[in-house]
Amino acid sequence: MSPILAKLAERFESVTWEESHGQDVARVPGENWEAFARAAKESGFEVCADVTAVDRMRSRPERYEVVASLLSMSHRVRLRMITAVGRENPSVASLTPLWPGAGYAEREVYDMFGIGFEGHPDLTRILMPDDWEGYPLRKDFAVGSVPVQFKMSHQVN
Amino acid sequence: MDDEQTVKTEGGRPPANPETETLDIWVAGTEEPEFHPTDEGTQELGPDESDDRLDDQFGRVVADDYLFDDEVAEEERTVLNMGPQHPSTHGVLRLHLELEGETIRRTKPIIGYLHTGMEKTAEQLTFSQGPTNVTRMDYLAPLHGELGYSLAVERLLDVEVPPRAAAIRILMTELNRIASHLVALATNGMDIGALSMMIYGFRERESILAFFEKTTGLRMNHNYIRPGGVAADLAPGWKDDVAAILDDLPKRLRQYDDLLEKNPIWLARTKGVGVISPEEAIAYSITGPILRATGVDWDLRKAFPYSGIDQYEFEVPVGENGDVYDRYRVRVEEITESLKIVEQVMDTMPKGDYRIGDRKITPPPRARIDESMEALIHHFKLFTEGFKVPEGETYVAVESPRGELGCYVVSDGQARPYRMHTRAPSFYNLQGLPIAMADSLVADTIATIASMDPVMGDVDR
Repeated sequence: MSPILAKLAERFESVTWEESHGQDVARVPGENWEAFARAAKESGFEVCADVTAVDRMRSRPERYEVVASLLSMSHRVRLRMITAVGRENPSVASLTPLWPGAGYAEREVYDMFGIGFEGHPDLTRILMPDDWEGYPLRKDFAVGSVPVQFKMSHQVN
Repeated sequence: MDDEQTVKTEGGRPPANPETETLDIWVAGTEEPEFHPTDEGTQELGPDESDDRLDDQFGRVVADDYLFDDEVAEEERTVLNMGPQHPSTHGVLRLHLELEGETIRRTKPIIGYLHTGMEKTAEQLTFSQGPTNVTRMDYLAPLHGELGYSLAVERLLDVEVPPRAAAIRILMTELNRIASHLVALATNGMDIGALSMMIYGFRERESILAFFEKTTGLRMNHNYIRPGGVAADLAPGWKDDVAAILDDLPKRLRQYDDLLEKNPIWLARTKGVGVISPEEAIAYSITGPILRATGVDWDLRKAFPYSGIDQYEFEVPVGENGDVYDRYRVRVEEITESLKIVEQVMDTMPKGDYRIGDRKITPPPRARIDESMEALIHHFKLFTEGFKVPEGETYVAVESPRGELGCYVVSDGQARPYRMHTRAPSFYNLQGLPIAMADSLVADTIATIASMDPVMGDVDR
């Protein structure tokens, strides 16, 4: 573990650390999400490279995971911070006030998963139409299909 | 009456009558001209005669940022909609421009017109079908998308590709970087009015695409780099083709320099236009040539080397001012550096297999299927249900022509990814567009958009 990560680990006892295929992963409780991100930024992670989410459905007690990939250019270290977000009114603190670059990514997560970000300056749909119903990347959002005229013969009446 | 009219219109003017015609000039002595005594006061330039102010008034200062008072009435602001169908938006980018006169005060990019749910599609495709999907995201750099995806899947599988496969990947992706930058130069030139540049850029790109077609079978959307290696070995005689590209392109780059470097119009339209500062670029997660043009020396090929690129020598070109000109310059120099890498890969191409020998991941050679029952079973299993990837998650980033192209793959132990997310560089770089365009002129809009080089397939996915 890199020294700047070791310092972070000392400060936050509630954070569990993992190694996933050689990459450092910090599992942060939702209430510490912003404080941990702030501390990470102060310790040298200048760039929030990516924010995304995973819908875990029933395999985990909390349905969603919000995943942020941080990058420290000065130390050449990457850190992935993950927080679990519950099923009812999923919401987590926004990273946009810390890293403006997370703005579009959080809008995309909101658009695709319906996860809210408290403190985001402009949390609106970004890729889907404004009047779209549902959140497409949730696992219970069906893929949908278009009827095809020429299918296998037994499927056609 | 009729006759008179015919005469009048003859020759386009009425006939001259010397008696009634008055001359519209003042003849000296006919009347007294009004006399204005010289007033020294009216010749002053203004109350503020400091050097800065005078430089400004004489037009010696050319600034991109215009200072306006914020107290402008609402009705003096114009909202201009640009796109999604506009020749200089490089696809279906739509911009809301808020103008005061000809000055852009605010810009809001509106995206999603090309959104096709490719991350959702990726969950329906097996890991071996995945590259067909990611290759269509950034369609100008398809091989980088495939490389990022394949590296992520290989990391989850915990396999290492043979040296030849890694070298072929670097050869192909660096050629792809050249091809993509050539399009960026071509469209940048076209948008500003250097039409020859458009023809030249696409002409040179064609020679690289011809090589891609020979190697992968397709000019774009190759599905060539796959988990476990590459789809096919390099075609016989590939060295001659690459050598021809290496021989030709430096000459062409010198031609571009002759065309643009001393062209006053090109310089006036690009220098000091669309400036992004290094702090802004880092804050807004901007990567790639746009970040390097601001002077930040950051390249994932140096910082987090992938696929053995650290064994080749190359420089990372950086700019100074972060304007349109520096972005153009960084791209031109990156082409030169990529040519260096391609040359080194060509000279040191290792022998061996172009994919791993594990038949649970890569299909057996076609000829073996006729001879071996096991080969047939492996082939059948791979192409019906695919290979299973152990549970886990990983994020792998490669340096695409547009910046950090990351691939976040989550597997739950099945043959399809549980979740596949692409960190699209154009999507993040687009956040820099309002910053680059704030307080600049409408006329600079298209120059700035072109220099950001957004690929809407990458933005919207």
